[in-house]
Amino acid sequence: MSAQLLQFLLSGLTVGAIYALVALGFAIIYNASNVINFAQGEFVMIGGMAAAAFIDSGLPLPLSVLFSVTLATLVGLLLEKLAVEPARGAPVVTLIIITIGASILLRGLAALVWDKKIHPLPAFSGEAPIAVGGATLLPQALWVLGTTLATVAALWWFFNRTLTGKAMLAVSHNRLAAQLMGISVSRVLAVSFGLSAALGALAGVLIAPISFTAWDVGVMLGLKGFAAAMLGGIGSGPGAVAGGLALGLIEALGAGYLSSAYKDVFAFIVLLAALVFLPNGLVGRRAAERV
Amino acid sequence: MSAAAQPSASRRGFLALALIVALLPLALPNNYTYEIAIVVGLNAIVCVGLNLLIGYAGQISLGHAGFFGLGAYGTAILAARYGWPPALSLPVSVLAVAALAWLVGRPVLRLKGHYLAMATLGLGIIVSVVLATEDRITGGPDGMAVPPLWVTGEKSWYWIVAGTLLAVVWLAQNLIDSPRGRAWRALHGAEIAAGAVGIDAARHKLAAFVLSAALAALAGALSAHYAGFITPSRASFLHSIELVTMVVFGGMASTLGAVLGAAVLTTLPQLLAVFKDYELVALGALMMLTMIFMPRGLVPTLEKALDAARRKPR
Amino acid sequence: MSLRVLLALAVVALSGPAVAQPQPIRIGAFLSVTGPAAFLGDPEQKTLELYVEKINAAGGVLGRKLELHAYDSAGDAEKARAYVKRLIEQDKVDVLVGGSTTGETMAAVPLAESAGVPFISLAGAVVIVEPVKKWVFKTPHTDRMACEKIFADMRARGATRVALISGAGGFDRSMRAECLKVAGKQGVEILADESYGAGDSDMTAQLAKIKATPGVQAVLNAGFGQGPAIVTKNYRQLAIGAPLYQSHGVASKQFVKLAGDAAEGVRLPAAALLVADTLPASDPQKKVVTGYKRDYEGRFKQEVSTFGGHAYDGLMIVLDAMRRAGSTDKAKVRDAIESTRGYVGTGGVVNMSAQDHMGLDLSAFRMLEVRGGDWNLVEPRH
Repeated sequence: MSAQLLQFLLSGLTVGAIYALVALGFAIIYNASNVINFAQGEFVMIGGMAAAAFIDSGLPLPLSVLFSVTLATLVGLLLEKLAVEPARGAPVVTLIIITIGASILLRGLAALVWDKKIHPLPAFSGEAPIAVGGATLLPQALWVLGTTLATVAALWWFFNRTLTGKAMLAVSHNRLAAQLMGISVSRVLAVSFGLSAALGALAGVLIAPISFTAWDVGVMLGLKGFAAAMLGGIGSGPGAVAGGLALGLIEALGAGYLSSAYKDVFAFIVLLAALVFLPNGLVGRRAAERV
Repeated sequence: MSAAAQPSASRRGFLALALIVALLPLALPNNYTYEIAIVVGLNAIVCVGLNLLIGYAGQISLGHAGFFGLGAYGTAILAARYGWPPALSLPVSVLAVAALAWLVGRPVLRLKGHYLAMATLGLGIIVSVVLATEDRITGGPDGMAVPPLWVTGEKSWYWIVAGTLLAVVWLAQNLIDSPRGRAWRALHGAEIAAGAVGIDAARHKLAAFVLSAALAALAGALSAHYAGFITPSRASFLHSIELVTMVVFGGMASTLGAVLGAAVLTTLPQLLAVFKDYELVALGALMMLTMIFMPRGLVPTLEKALDAARRKPR
Repeated sequence: MSLRVLLALAVVALSGPAVAQPQPIRIGAFLSVTGPAAFLGDPEQKTLELYVEKINAAGGVLGRKLELHAYDSAGDAEKARAYVKRLIEQDKVDVLVGGSTTGETMAAVPLAESAGVPFISLAGAVVIVEPVKKWVFKTPHTDRMACEKIFADMRARGATRVALISGAGGFDRSMRAECLKVAGKQGVEILADESYGAGDSDMTAQLAKIKATPGVQAVLNAGFGQGPAIVTKNYRQLAIGAPLYQSHGVASKQFVKLAGDAAEGVRLPAAALLVADTLPASDPQKKVVTGYKRDYEGRFKQEVSTFGGHAYDGLMIVLDAMRRAGSTDKAKVRDAIESTRGYVGTGGVVNMSAQDHMGLDLSAFRMLEVRGGDWNLVEPRH
């Protein structure tokens, strides 16, 4: 395999892993509530910005990461309690607007609480590039890939082996039946938002050493994560991961072999073609429609 | 509401709008306020069309700013780079965008719900990236100048936009009460059931999509000639979201609601400008609060409140 | 007390309130304080607010206080247009200083021209002053100047075959277009032309392509925001040996902080403000830049920025023009701005004319290099 192709693949996988984490956040919330949370990108931003602020104030890196993920989780829970629950039963478009309003609000708050500057985060284990068959990889990229794999494994265990996780799966399959079985849907909703926020913040902290963080990084990352979730089939965890990796690879290969100016266009064209020929996404289930 | 009462309610609404539009200039003290009124009118034209698609035909589009941008750039490029008179470049641009919407709509409208949202979002992004990248034709992200229409000046433009808006509202209201409008509402309710009674879902969805795209392109082309300058941000994802927000805020399935939504959300940032650093926070909070407390939008909520008040026992 | 004295006192007492307060001088500003160009607009707004306050405390200009009307156009040309209309029609400003980005500036140009309001733009592209527009001026160096300065330095180091990489924003694309245009005249050949998108996290794919292009002797990154810092880090990661040049869009200490060790050896053209402390005392700009740096950093506890410096120059040039014209009559102020000569600003020494509404030449741009984690002046040395 040529060194150049290998470089493209490594680049695509690294970015794709971040998209995968963001996409997982979309998938989890969608499963529990049928809501597309357009504020998902802001959780990524909060993770990175809070960690940068904690580090600037003197805390060591591991503690900063922990605190920032916790902060994002709290924000996610607040969002669910204050904005999504009161609007339950509203048309889906209304809920979308609410989450969009939330993303604007969070961005505005971030600019006030922190600032509008770009912030770096220290790499978790140094910056010396690792040579891999003619191409190079940053140690941070290994952290990104490794953490994403570990997260996917942990989520699989959570959804299939714990009661809360199984309750969430039940709600996503059939809300009414789950309620009849005594599952508290509002608790499931809260957990889903908290979990998605934590995942988003984790992604933010992982990527910030590579591509920095600022008050407005959430917009693009949220959009790409959403696209990845759709590509994989909304509502499917494995689909979100597959979609994220696929999107990252398409971008990197498109930039490398076709035209770097149009790489985003290629990614979206592929996405559109995939949607038209695979209307339920790469992995999505064929939803049965009640007439 | 009985079938006889419905047309007269929308006719009353139309007359009220016409009255407001005719009398508004008396309250506008300077060119800046005229500018706001004109931008409101242009946004309202897009929203009325978008409302037909979202509120009546029950589809979603998160990429409608793409059609607006294409309409604007179409007329701008034909007039500025190829020397066409605006009287020709404007309608040609609108028709071209309608044709494009027809081509693109057929495969894309087979998707449903969030997948359709994603597809329209993707289309919008493709349009805005292409407009920003082909800088030799479009001037790139810094935009390009647009030759003016044969009329200039805020006051003339006010009447052009007002007239167009009234015509569009009249058209929309008549469409809604026609067999096609009823077919759209049937689609919105239950597509498969509608198919069972002989409604060709694909054709009707496409018609709503093309019409709303043409209206967006018309508004875009007009705004290009009015401002004398356009940038690719007119086709951006954020602008698409703004448009959908206006429709939902005003009230879906309500043509006048779409106009009201456009009016409120266009003037709001100008009013919020005094908040300076807190502008984004104020805007986001306002969007959330109004959608939480008025989930169906402004006009339906007001209508419900009026109905309840009317029905209160004396 | 005699009747005459009483009457005199009465006249004085009654005429007090009747003497009208002098009209304030209204300065209109539209800046990208939020949005993708917040990097530009935030220091610009802070600078304008700081100096309006300072000047008012010292008595104002022409015996009148300054009144700043500033709006946030968030990098959006449509918003800029609406706010400029508001400034001209509703707030009735005497002069406009603003337009952080070229798109916003160009949207405002027809309004300033038709209303006859002097407008000093804070944006970069050469198209703002070429062709010259009667009422429009600008303070920042043009992107074409940056290309010329960089290419000259590359040639001086023996590099004539160059690769280009740029982002998707207005600044990036405009500078890229100018560099492609002037390359031939400057004796430079462009071998590769790559781009990245807004918000991209990784540019190794594009840089790998550049690395694989044979004969590349230097690389220029025309960019702004976090992109160039990521490019710089990726550049070192891929161990590309050719010298890397950045643009004046990242002329800030923050760029060095973000890119870290990878920034060593990176060169870019910048205003002298960036190396204010290490400028020799004989440098004509020394006093102005150290003064601005002290004021700004003292008040805001933040690194000074060249963009804030352009706002400072814009404001000072306008006020200086008003003093010379002796009034705020728009036509007189415009003429006075156009005849600005030998004004020493943070961006350089300004000499405007009817054909040149920017007034800076290539010597106003200094070539800087990162050494030991900070900016160092390479040339010119005065």
